Amino acid sequence: MGITSEEIVRIAEQIKLELTENEIKEFAEHLQVMLQYTEKIRSAVTENVSPAAYLSSEKNVFQEDKPRPCLPREAALAHAPEVEDGMFRVPSVIE
Amino acid sequence: MLEQLTVAAALEKLANREISARELTEAVLTRIDDVDKSVRAYITVTGERALQAAEKIDEKRAKGENTGPLAGVPVALKDNICTGGVLTSCASKMLANFIPPYDATVALLLQEAGAILVGKTNLDEFAMGSSTESSAFFTSRNPWDLTRVPGGSSGGSAAAVAADETLFSLGTDTGGSIRQPAAFCGIVGLKPTYGRVSRFGVVALASSLDHVGPLTKDVRDCALIMNVIAGHDKNDSTSAELAAPDYTSFLGREIKGLRIGVPVEYFNADIEDGVKKAVRKAIDVFVSLGAEAEEISLPHTQYALPAFYILAAAEASSNLARYDGVQYGLHMAAANLDDFYKKNRSEGFGSEVKRRIIFGTYILSSGNYDHYYLKAMKVRTLVKEDFERAFAGYDLILTPAAPTTAFKAGSVEDRLQMYFNDSCTVAANLAGLPAISLPCGFADGLPVGLQLIGKPFAEGTVLQAAYAYEQNSGLPKSKPAVKEAGGALHE
Repeated sequence: MGITSEEIVRIAEQIKLELTENEIKEFAEHLQVMLQYTEKIRSAVTENVSPAAYLSSEKNVFQEDKPRPCLPREAALAHAPEVEDGMFRVPSVIE
Repeated sequence: MLEQLTVAAALEKLANREISARELTEAVLTRIDDVDKSVRAYITVTGERALQAAEKIDEKRAKGENTGPLAGVPVALKDNICTGGVLTSCASKMLANFIPPYDATVALLLQEAGAILVGKTNLDEFAMGSSTESSAFFTSRNPWDLTRVPGGSSGGSAAAVAADETLFSLGTDTGGSIRQPAAFCGIVGLKPTYGRVSRFGVVALASSLDHVGPLTKDVRDCALIMNVIAGHDKNDSTSAELAAPDYTSFLGREIKGLRIGVPVEYFNADIEDGVKKAVRKAIDVFVSLGAEAEEISLPHTQYALPAFYILAAAEASSNLARYDGVQYGLHMAAANLDDFYKKNRSEGFGSEVKRRIIFGTYILSSGNYDHYYLKAMKVRTLVKEDFERAFAGYDLILTPAAPTTAFKAGSVEDRLQMYFNDSCTVAANLAGLPAISLPCGFADGLPVGLQLIGKPFAEGTVLQAAYAYEQNSGLPKSKPAVKEAGGALHE
């Protein structure tokens, strides 16, 4: 099973990365190596084994639905590239 | 030479008014000035701010006010731990100008305890790496040999402690990123149990595997820092609601009768002979102190590293989706939304980050999910069960902390070979267990690290055994010379 350049480009499109020709070639090779290496786990016997998604001993952590002090608006907007009327100004989503 | 003090020794001198917080902070800042152009541990040094904070501590102490358990002790934080008002870059172009509006819980706890932030340390970009070579800014150097790496990803934090550029530091550990650099730099590094130390405000790499912990000059200091940072945090829903003990109370207790399992899988051909030799010598010390050491098997060890890389990449690809340039981070104008995202992400992320999020996205795509991700989560259960079975008969598990000693910067070009650096440490992340790396001698003049893994929330036992070893190892208390070893250093 070989990873093609097209596959890398397709993945990159999903995660919004624009890759150079060199990167596409390099990442295709790397992905191939990683898939071959991680194939190793296929030989582990996992019938009737449940997956461990997380380790926390805490289950269903709830908080009271009460207002608490939070970040002031100015602080939250301090890094915003563009601000308008105290809000993040973002690129338009709908053409 | 105040910068050479341990935290415990400094606290005693501060309490006795032999030294002031300002003097101690100045000594550390001078040391940074002297050696950091060679070691390159710091991304940011907060000199002015540190001196002001130190003066405040001195004023408080002069008035007889309560100053906190770490009052006046300089600390460095890895640059993926948010510090309000101080650059937190994750060693990435994406966050090269990011000044957080709030503090991580651990940063706040240290500040409340009176610790003085002297700077933020270098790491592999977004903590992805084992050498600091994937930092977007520069590669940190190992104080024992400046042509070698300090390990990673908390390489700056480890190098800073080893070179006396701080009294202690915090790092993060997703697959060994506290313990491997601690081993490479000849210091102590503890990855606590998952949920023991809050992750709030720590930039996420792989949330189910990320841990925060101390890097210190000795085991007592490690216990002192844990006393401040361990505990429940309502801002971290994975934080354990379990009271933390006084970790220093475990130090000095006998280890007679303590049962130590030594898994055969961690002494295979992939581990350098010099490392094996030093670790085996350490086992003899434990036995001489009355501990019982026996060979055991953790049969699923061979699957831990591949499973780890699947899970870590999958979680990273999800966590790093947030960097889009809209609210913070790198921001470059573009004609439309699609180009805007692509420009910022392509420019902001370095190669290793791109590699891992491409791998993670591939794994999580429909058709591959069961084959890789689900299977890896099941393997995680098997790894965890290996430990549970072992801990039914043993109190601790002892292994090398890293398969090699520090390697030359630029010498490991093969990615897989780089990933093998984590082979001794990832299992404790998969199982969420507390694990410490502590110095156990040298191989060819470079420090070797020993790892002790404990039962969940048994940091006390880990520290107890580590301390007993440290006090009785007979190792010389040597420090690195931090000298340029012929020729200029190049990035």
